[in-house]
Amino acid sequence: MPKPVSPMAPSATFVWVRRIFLVALTIFTLAPVLVMASSSLKPLQDVQGPFRWIPSSLTVRPYIDIWSTVPLWDYFVNSLIVSLSATVLSVVIAIFAAYGVSRYRFVGRKIFTVSVLSTQMLPGILFLLPLFLLFVSIGNSTGVALHGSRLGLILTYLTFSLPFSIWMLVGYFESIPRELDEAAAVDGCGPLRTLLQIVVPAAVPGIIAVSVYAFMTAWGEVLFASVITNDRSRTLAIGLQGYATQYDVYWNQVMAASLVVSVPVVAGFLLLQRYLVAGLTAGAIK
Amino acid sequence: MKSRHRLLPYLLLLPALVMELLIHIVPMAVGIFMSFKQLTQFFIRDWSAAPWIALNNYRIAVDFSAPIGKSLLNSFWVTCSFTLLAVAFSWLLGVAAAIFMQEPFWGRGVLRAVFLVPYALPVYAAVITWSFMFQRDTGLVNHVLHDQLHLVSEKPFWLIGDNAFVSLIIVHVWKTWPFAFLTVMAGLQNVPRELYEAAAMDGASVWQQIREITMPALRPVNQVLVLVLFLWTFNDFNTPYILFGKGAPEAADLISIHIYQSSFVTWNFGSGSAMSVLLLLFLLLVTGVYLVATARWRDADA
Repeated sequence: MPKPVSPMAPSATFVWVRRIFLVALTIFTLAPVLVMASSSLKPLQDVQGPFRWIPSSLTVRPYIDIWSTVPLWDYFVNSLIVSLSATVLSVVIAIFAAYGVSRYRFVGRKIFTVSVLSTQMLPGILFLLPLFLLFVSIGNSTGVALHGSRLGLILTYLTFSLPFSIWMLVGYFESIPRELDEAAAVDGCGPLRTLLQIVVPAAVPGIIAVSVYAFMTAWGEVLFASVITNDRSRTLAIGLQGYATQYDVYWNQVMAASLVVSVPVVAGFLLLQRYLVAGLTAGAIK
Repeated sequence: MKSRHRLLPYLLLLPALVMELLIHIVPMAVGIFMSFKQLTQFFIRDWSAAPWIALNNYRIAVDFSAPIGKSLLNSFWVTCSFTLLAVAFSWLLGVAAAIFMQEPFWGRGVLRAVFLVPYALPVYAAVITWSFMFQRDTGLVNHVLHDQLHLVSEKPFWLIGDNAFVSLIIVHVWKTWPFAFLTVMAGLQNVPRELYEAAAMDGASVWQQIREITMPALRPVNQVLVLVLFLWTFNDFNTPYILFGKGAPEAADLISIHIYQSSFVTWNFGSGSAMSVLLLLFLLLVTGVYLVATARWRDADA
């Protein structure tokens, strides 16, 4: 992507408006991050009294205590298994579907894309109750534990990112020249080999973008996690609320735990964000 | 060989179709069915046994003179005004930031990463931090407003009472504007440079270039963006749920929380389902009108 060069020197007013706006926005954006980081290093009496910018003393105690106050590690493992599985499944399913939509003309093609996309607009609350009851009945009649298990959450989450992933990958696949497919066909490749050896490698940035989106969707989900999980399958989204007891909220531990669960995701996202922008440019916005 | 190829596209779509059916379509049908039943906690084990009461759940939901209907109507208006304000601010901040950062300047790359942090942070971690900042006695917000700037004489409550509406919008905008920023930034890459150069040659100022070139070029992006922001904001559950816990104050009683409460706290699934169906109908109507008005439906099958 060529970096744009300024066609004309922007006026002084423009530069000042830009400066003030961006500084204000940076403060707004970073305030919670600073609070999270500084409060996680404060002793308990600091976070239970009036807010202070400078801690009375620095301590790493909260980072040690978070693991024993609630079973944070278990929640972490649950979130990781659920999010990774949902991401992998969702991306694989989306790749197949997007390939079908972008490379074949078949009856029902339009209906499929439109209806899959429109599930994106359904309010989660609408199918939360039925899904909960459906999972309970499936469990009662077949013994397959979907309610209260990681499996139920994995299946649910993979569909959350599916519509957007299919949409974005269709756009991405269509930007890959057909001639490549045809050359592969001449060489005797079947459709699946063409997909795996030609289309997928050419669409790696789009696939990365979609994977990042799918993982973040699953990692941050709260509503379904609050209903479908039980004590053993609880994810971080719900587990983090455990630092509030009936009498006290261990704010320093809440902040430490929040930081610990955020760092991997934020770091991964910032490393891969240019793929997301490129993927959005190629796939979703035309 | 030939018939295999005719089946192939369907086989490729099959996994996606099965998952959509299992998690979205079938539950939605079940939900519509449930909305005609008196489904209370006594029938959770065998919900098909709940008595059929036809449109009674709907009648109760829209009886605005009775308590249930009245609170649903209140929550509908709260959601509408919340959505309008939150979408407007998120969109404004996102578009402004993307346009201001279109041209290179010192520190642009770092700033871009900083602005994406709220989008990358897990919702619950971010919103819990905001709820700490909004605490009356121990929070940063009151410390700055009262102790440092002396803007208020009495420390206000932010998470209960009428101020909760303001807090909710602030947190939602904080969390959402980076998505608008990201989308507009991507959209700006498709604007041809020559247009700016030609305008600059004709002596157009930066502001005129933004108004005459950037904004019209962003139109298709904006049309999709605003719709997505609308749907996300209207259906948002995470922000109020984490910010306020299970009982949202009346001023910030969003419809998703309202339905969640009547379903999982008071265990009336039938009435919760009826409210969900009404919500869906409303969203369908708004989306339909919007798509026709912006004529974007042609692109839906692109």
